[in-house]
Amino acid sequence: MNLDELDELARSYTEEAADVAQEVRVCMAASCQSTGAQPVLDALRKAREAKGADNCRVKGVGCMGLCSAGPLVSVGERDADLNASSIYREVTADHAEALIEATQNPAAAEATLAALHCPSDLPFFQRQQKIVLEHAGVIDPDSFKGYVAVGGYRAMVQALSEMTPAEVIAEITTSGLRGRGGGGYPTGLKWSTVAKMPGEQKYVICNADEGDPGAFMDRAILESDPHRLLEGMAIAAYAIGANKGYIYVRAEYPLAVERLKTAIRKAKRQGFLGHHICETQFNFDVEIRLGAGAFVCGEETALMASIEGGRGQPRPRPPYPAESGLFGRPTLINNVETYANIAPIVNEGGGWFASIGTERSKGTKVFALAGTIENTGLIEVPMGTRLRDIIEVIGGGIPNGKAFKAVQTGGPSGGCVPAEHLDIGVDYDSLKTLGTMMGSGGMIVMDETSNMVDVARFFMEFCMDESCGKCVPCRTGTQQMHALLDKIAKADATPDDLALLEELCEVVRATSLCGLGQSAPNPVMSTLRYFRDEYEEKLAGR
Amino acid sequence: MQRQRPDLPSTDKRWKLVNATMRRNGYAEHALIEALHSVQDAFGFLDTDAMTFVADSLDLPLSKVYGVATFYHLFMLKPQGRHTCVVCTGTACYIKGAGALIEGIEQRFGVNPGETTEDKSLSVMTARCVGACGLAPAVVIDGNVIGKLGTDKLVERIEEETRE
Repeated sequence: MNLDELDELARSYTEEAADVAQEVRVCMAASCQSTGAQPVLDALRKAREAKGADNCRVKGVGCMGLCSAGPLVSVGERDADLNASSIYREVTADHAEALIEATQNPAAAEATLAALHCPSDLPFFQRQQKIVLEHAGVIDPDSFKGYVAVGGYRAMVQALSEMTPAEVIAEITTSGLRGRGGGGYPTGLKWSTVAKMPGEQKYVICNADEGDPGAFMDRAILESDPHRLLEGMAIAAYAIGANKGYIYVRAEYPLAVERLKTAIRKAKRQGFLGHHICETQFNFDVEIRLGAGAFVCGEETALMASIEGGRGQPRPRPPYPAESGLFGRPTLINNVETYANIAPIVNEGGGWFASIGTERSKGTKVFALAGTIENTGLIEVPMGTRLRDIIEVIGGGIPNGKAFKAVQTGGPSGGCVPAEHLDIGVDYDSLKTLGTMMGSGGMIVMDETSNMVDVARFFMEFCMDESCGKCVPCRTGTQQMHALLDKIAKADATPDDLALLEELCEVVRATSLCGLGQSAPNPVMSTLRYFRDEYEEKLAGR
Repeated sequence: MQRQRPDLPSTDKRWKLVNATMRRNGYAEHALIEALHSVQDAFGFLDTDAMTFVADSLDLPLSKVYGVATFYHLFMLKPQGRHTCVVCTGTACYIKGAGALIEGIEQRFGVNPGETTEDKSLSVMTARCVGACGLAPAVVIDGNVIGKLGTDKLVERIEEETRE
C-alpha cells in the first residue's frame, strides 16, 4: 500500500459519514465513565432516534481534558476541533433531549443548556497546543476507520513505502524528541543505538506502567487514541529492525487494556499489524502484558524481568537494554507519550517538531493537573510554558481563596517548586536546576494548608513500600528515612535526627541500584531546600 | 520428548481457563504472571493448589511461583470478601483527604486496609493511584470508581452495597 491508496481509503471512510453534519460527542474515558458517561451516551442515542435527527451522530470519544467537570459532552460540526464545539459539563441523561435539540435548533435548547455550558474560549482550552492529544476527545478510540479518516497510519505507510530505517531515525534525531517517561534521554540516539546492534531478533517495548501517583497522561492516551501508540511502535520496530513488540500496562487500567486489545485486533484484521504489513516485507506483532501492581516495574530492567515472568527486580546497567534486554536480545523501550509523538514527527518532519519548545526540550508535554487546583485534568502545552501560566491561567488557580504553596512534579522521584520559582519555563533542564524533575508529567498543586514535612513523609512511605528489596541502601535506607521523618512530623525529633536524615539522603542517593532508590530522597531534599522552616518548626515544637 | 502436563486439580471448569492461558503461551516460563492473573480472575485469589498446578504445568519450582505471587501487590493469597473497597492513596487523593476515608471505614466496619470483615462481606484495600486524580479522593467499590465522596457519604455507600 502506498500513500495514495491510504488516502483513498481514508476518503472512503469519510464518505461513509457524508450524511452526518452534526456530532454529539461523549467523553468515555475512565474518569467521565465513573461520573456516569455511559447512561448519558445511551440516553443520547435514544433521544436521537426519537427525534429522527438523521443528520446527527452520537459518538463515544476519548478524554476531553477537564476531568473534574465530567461527564463532558461536546456538540459541534462533524470532525470539528474540540475548541470549535460547544462543551457541556456535568451532563446527565436528563439533558439528552436538549443536547440533540441543540444540533437541530440551537436557540430552542439554549435555555436548558446554558447552565451546563463550559465556554471553549477558556484559557484551559485555548492555551493548549495539542500534538499527542490531537485526536483525544475527537475520534472514537474503538474505531479503526475513525483513526484512518483523520490521517492515521499515514506516517507508518510513508515510512514503510518511502523511507529507509536510517531515514526514519534521522528524522527522529532531527526532531530533538526526548524520552517522555521522565529520563529525557534523546529518542533518536536510543533508536540508533538499538538499530546498530547485531542480532536477528530485537524487541520493541512500550512502558505503559504509569506508576507515579498523580499521573494519568498515558492512561488518557491509551484510552483515547490507542492506534496512535501502535503506529508509533510499528515505526520504531521498522527503524530498529524488530518484529515483535510488548506493551506493558498496569492492571489498574482495565479500560485502557480493553481499548488496546480492540485496537490491536482491528489493526491486525486490516493488515496494519502482523505479517506483511500493508503488503510490504515488514512484519510486526504486538502483545499486551499486564502488570500486577509493582511501582518498581516502571524501571526498564525490572519491567523486562516482569515480562519474562519473574519478580520485577532491577539489575545493574550496563549492559543496557539496547545491548542485552528482553530475553537477552537488543531491546528498545520507550514510554507511551514518546511513541505517540512519532507519527506527527514522520508526517510533518523533524524540523517542524524542533521548532516547538525550548532550546534543549522540543515539542509539547502532556501534564496531569491534580490536587488543590480549580481545573483538574489533562493539558498539553509547548515545552517552556511558564509554570505560573499552567497553574494560574490554564489551571484556573487555587480554589476556595487559599494561597498557593508548592507544586510537586516528578512523582516520588521528584520535588516541589515553591511560589518564588513559578516564573520558570517548564522543561527537562529548568526543573532539574530547581532540584526536581520533569518525570512523566504529574503536577500536584498544594495550597497553604499542606504541611511539607507530611508530604515528604508521604512520598517516603511510598518508596519504602515499593522498594523491591534487592539492594540494601534502598530497602533499609527508605525505612530509616521514613522513621526519621515520622519522628520529625510528630514533633518528637532532635536536630541530630535531621542531620542524620540529610546524611542518609546522600547515601541512599549515591549507592542505590536503580532509579527508585537513587531518587527516593528527592522529595526530602527538595522540601528541605525550600521549606526548611517547616522542619525546624517541628523540631522546635518538641 | 513431550513432558507430561499435570491433570487439572479438579473438575471445576475454571481450571480450563487457567490451562488455556498457559497453552496459549506455549507453557513458557514467561507465561507465569499471565497464568497467575488468570487464576486470580477465575478464583479471586491464589491458593497452594493453584500455585502448585501452575508450577507443575510450567515446569517451575513452586518457590519461584510463590516468590512471584508474593512480590506483586495485586495477587491475593487469601479469599476476599463479597465486596471490595479500594481507597486510592495516590498523591492527589492524599492531599484531598484519603486518610480520613480510611479512618472512617475503620471506625464503622472495624477493618484496616488489607483486612476483610469477619462476616466476609467487605475487604478493604489501598491502591497507589488509580489514575482518577480528577475525582480525588477516589475509591473503587467492586470495580466501579467513585470520586469526590466525603467520609459519611462513603460509609453510607458501602453500607448500601454490602446490604444483602
